[in-house]
Amino acid sequence: MWIDRTKCDGHKLCAELFPERIHLDDWGYPIIVAGPIPGPLMLHAQKAVDSCPVLALALRRVERPKPAKT
Amino acid sequence: MTNLSLFGGPPPSAGPERFADHVRRLGPRPAGNRALIDTLDRSGLVGRGGASFPVATKWRTVQSRSRGAAIVIANGAEGEPLSRKDQTLMSLRPHLVIDGALLAAESVGANRILLYVGEAHGAALAAVTRALAERPAGEKARLNLLPAPPSYVAGEETAAVRFVNSGVAAPTAIPPRPFERGVDGRPTLVQNVESLAHAALIARFGDAWFHTLGRHGAVGTVLLTVSGAVIKPGVIEVASGCTVDEVLALAGGVRGTPRAVLLGGYFGGWISPQRAATMVLDPRGLRAAGGSLGCGVVSVLEEAADPLEISARIMQHLATESAAQCGPCFFGLRSLSAATSRIAARHPDHGDLPQLHRWAAMVKGRGACRHPDGAVAFLQSALTVFESEFAAAAGARGQKVS
Amino acid sequence: MNNTVLWYTTRGAGTVSLLLFTAVVVLGILSTLRVESPSWPRFLTTGLHRNLALMALVFLALHIVTAVVDPFTHLGWLAAVVPFSSYYRTFWLGLGTVAFELLIAVTVTSLVRGFIGHGAWRAIHWLSYASWPLAVVHSFGTGTDTWSVWMLAIDVLCILAVAAAVAARLLTQSPDPLSADRARFRERVSRKLTK
Repeated sequence: MWIDRTKCDGHKLCAELFPERIHLDDWGYPIIVAGPIPGPLMLHAQKAVDSCPVLALALRRVERPKPAKT
Repeated sequence: MTNLSLFGGPPPSAGPERFADHVRRLGPRPAGNRALIDTLDRSGLVGRGGASFPVATKWRTVQSRSRGAAIVIANGAEGEPLSRKDQTLMSLRPHLVIDGALLAAESVGANRILLYVGEAHGAALAAVTRALAERPAGEKARLNLLPAPPSYVAGEETAAVRFVNSGVAAPTAIPPRPFERGVDGRPTLVQNVESLAHAALIARFGDAWFHTLGRHGAVGTVLLTVSGAVIKPGVIEVASGCTVDEVLALAGGVRGTPRAVLLGGYFGGWISPQRAATMVLDPRGLRAAGGSLGCGVVSVLEEAADPLEISARIMQHLATESAAQCGPCFFGLRSLSAATSRIAARHPDHGDLPQLHRWAAMVKGRGACRHPDGAVAFLQSALTVFESEFAAAAGARGQKVS
Repeated sequence: MNNTVLWYTTRGAGTVSLLLFTAVVVLGILSTLRVESPSWPRFLTTGLHRNLALMALVFLALHIVTAVVDPFTHLGWLAAVVPFSSYYRTFWLGLGTVAFELLIAVTVTSLVRGFIGHGAWRAIHWLSYASWPLAVVHSFGTGTDTWSVWMLAIDVLCILAVAAAVAARLLTQSPDPLSADRARFRERVSRKLTK
């Protein structure tokens, strides 16, 4: 999940809808846990992205590292 | 030891070097091309704006995306209060900077160059304005002077791009980075003026020549602003690879016993005098070791000064210079600054010191630009170097009037 | 189709859509004010705002279709899309048409918000502050039931609700804690560029 910090105004809907990966700091702005979002959580991630009143969030495709040849 | 290259030639008292003298002394400007990028690569030149990123890599990245319509921004905004090297360079050797900018434009395929000079830096602005008028018509057509607002973050690369696009010098979120989409959506090279000046000399004299200027495996020279408790504060050019102590000796030596040295300015950090004795000022080497020479500020804190008070003042400046676009930066730096000031005044709130550590971790990396990261790194260096002072002050219980 | 059924349906659907749009406007203002409590999260305000808006549009569509199809009113489909083109209560009905078209703009831009960006979406969304009063005036002017007690009560309730919400919005300083400082900084670093 990617965030445009200049757009984020601390509306907090994302943290309400995706508490598994989004928490709030001491000033009400989102702390997004780093790392790719697993399949089962994608629905909530998408809801969080859609809920942002200022369109500050986006989901970006992550390059999956090629599995090592054994 | 002071191998002059940028400041070679007439002394500072002679003022800005005129175009005719510049050409007579150094020869005509070569043309920029892809081969120059390879030369810069071999030279090991790294950026002198603060990040110490390899110049050739930056140019190559822009060149690969350019279709002849890229943009070059020569960054001389110099918003760091303790740094004066860029202003000094532009006011004495404006043609070196302009040469470098033109070489960059030709090498990366740019058809427009903006000279982004701090609007408060009168001497530099005047020198660059006059220098532009002295250039041949063909070059003049590609060059534009753009005064930068006097704010700390105006020199941040996305802020420079945004200023050119819309007249507001505030950073933007990335992606896209300027080399991908910058001014008018075109690939944009934002390069510090000192880096461009070095490139202008490397283009004439070669990468091997640049290697000879450095010491102990470091390459080239660097400009430093030496200030604080030294006999002769000012901007000096030194061989890359000198130690901090050697640099201070070049500035006439220190006044009294130094308490600490601030390296890199407000965007840098404190180092202890013991470390300063042996710390080698090599931008490439420091970057590889996870440190940074930053913008080359070397400021000596005298023994009598209160390190907490100075640190608190710097934190306050960094907090008020936040662009107020990102909550964690604006409110985080404000909280950090307030707590640091309370500790410095020896009237801390209970828990102020652990909160500093906690908030620092909370703020880091959560702004659109690196301003909060720089402030946090500065504060953490203060907490390390002045650990005992912080502990004593945070344990102090003065007369609190409430 | 029985004429009376169509006639009652159009009046009823019109009234329901007015009530729903009133709630939507109030919820929109509450969203701007960032109203929340432990039992009323932020996403509830915005979620209700969106869902009630869609529901209101359904009733509005019903109101328009039954009005146009009703042989008693002699309204052609044109009256639904071209303002002030009907013979029946031309002016008051026309206001309804305008209100409807403003809502189309608001709805479409909301559906494609991701493509047009926040700035453009917000600018069009302001038209809803024009659409709602037009709907109220349209209801007074064309409404058969306007002066019945229950309709008056509904109208008063709706007007008071929106008035209270607007007053709250005007009297509260910006709920965005960064807005003042952000504007101050922008002033400091803004320059007019001579191209």
